[in-house]
Amino acid sequence: MTFPDYSVVFNNWPFLMRGLQVTLSVSAIAVVMGFFIGSAVGLLRLSRVKPLKLIAGAYVEFIRGTPLLVQLAILYFGLPSIGIDLSAFAAAVIGLSVNSGAYVGEIVRAGIQSVDKGQMEAARSLGMNGHMAMIFVILPQAFRRIIPPLVNEFIILIKDSSLLSTIAITELMRAGQHIRARTYADFQIYTAIAVLYFIVTFTLSNVLGVLERRLQVSD
Amino acid sequence: MIEVYDLHKSFGKLEVLKGITTRIDRGEVVVIIGASGSGKSTFLRCLNLLEVPQKGEVIIDGVNITGRNVNINLIRQDVGMVFQQFNLFPHKKVLDNITLALLKVKKINKKKSRELALELLHKVGLSDKADAYPRHLSGGQQQRVAIARALAMRPKVMLFDEPTSALDPEMIKEVLNVMKQLAAEGMTMVVVSHEMGFAREAADRVIFLDDGVIIEEGPPEQIYNNPRAQRTKDFLRQIL
Ligand SMILES: Nc1ncnc2c1ncn2[C@@H]1O[C@H](COP(=O)(O)OP(=O)(O)OP(=O)(O)O)[C@@H](O)[C@H]1O
Ligand SMILES: [Mg+2]
Repeated sequence: MTFPDYSVVFNNWPFLMRGLQVTLSVSAIAVVMGFFIGSAVGLLRLSRVKPLKLIAGAYVEFIRGTPLLVQLAILYFGLPSIGIDLSAFAAAVIGLSVNSGAYVGEIVRAGIQSVDKGQMEAARSLGMNGHMAMIFVILPQAFRRIIPPLVNEFIILIKDSSLLSTIAITELMRAGQHIRARTYADFQIYTAIAVLYFIVTFTLSNVLGVLERRLQVSD
Repeated sequence: MIEVYDLHKSFGKLEVLKGITTRIDRGEVVVIIGASGSGKSTFLRCLNLLEVPQKGEVIIDGVNITGRNVNINLIRQDVGMVFQQFNLFPHKKVLDNITLALLKVKKINKKKSRELALELLHKVGLSDKADAYPRHLSGGQQQRVAIARALAMRPKVMLFDEPTSALDPEMIKEVLNVMKQLAAEGMTMVVVSHEMGFAREAADRVIFLDDGVIIEEGPPEQIYNNPRAQRTKDFLRQIL
């Protein structure tokens, strides 16, 4: 065994940082879009309108039942062959958002269902219609419970974004692969990348953990 | 005030209410007793359509609430309900629990809603708890807030589903006292409860429900002291 020389990492630092930046910005966009998609899907899955409920359910099942790697391949390599061209960036953002939306949808649905059914009954017995009860009584309570699994989902999304390296997005993972191809310093490059991912996810879970506790204290 | 004709309610194959007919006059206080599973809650919940009956009519203040084209949200404002588990909104302060429906449903302005809420909190003896969150209150206090919240809508009828059965003995009294006061003020009340003291003191009539039918009804003294039906006797022997 030889002690690895990490100077290769520092020599290519700006390139890695540019990759990290792409990882962070694509993830941020996908987190926000995934949250909106997921909220809509979660509500639709609980709606009384059968067709909407079925479509939302099928979407969730399909996304959860197929690998993200394959979903990205369909978007980036598959669609052009039937005449729909997406840029790598568009495919990346759409792929990650749509994927995350399904998981967030399940989180939102479970959060709403976890609110005691007496809450809806109390609200309705006061003359609130279903929408009012949802907005003023159910969702605020569901939201608090949704936060921890949501943070978890965000972290998974950031890690999953490494799969974008397969569709020509030079995010952190692919940036590393480029450097590796030139330097053959596999160990140093991949461990450095792992550390960078870890710093991001660890920071995020701690910052959001503090926010979450704040929210719980203030209620 | 409330007229019920031949009310039937099933859950799937299970027929819970098997034809209930009765009327409750304005200002009357009716206590419903019966074994677990006899359909007491279901009956009460049919009176504000938290359960929708399959057959029969419920007429409240001249309005057939089981008919077509009724605005159920409007009707529910007239029918207050108090639950066994209180069901206060845990994310809202006591005062906001009471004002929420005033602001959103009745569209009364903030200042007026607040005044009304404070007045009702005073009535149930909890003026000092306006800014507390429900989880910082005892069960008895929570139930009194729930009563105030229902009263805020100025209902014509109040329904109580075992309002004291989730409470420790020392808190039962404070809730019953509020209910007795309401009864004395002339509120029309339908109360599912096995609190015989309350029934004897405040009720005009006791209804004994068994297996989805009314077996017997009458003044509390008669039901408790001289029940006519054998099933009433058996039931009373069990709870005494
Ligand atoms: N939503 C529901 N779905 C299916 N069955 C129900 C539902 N609600 C009540 N039941 C059933 O209907 C029957 C009557 O229930 P109900 O709650 O009216 O009884 P109860 O007299 O209030 O009993 P308790 O004293 O235990 O509260 C029970 O067998 C119960 O399991
Ligand atoms: Mg019951």
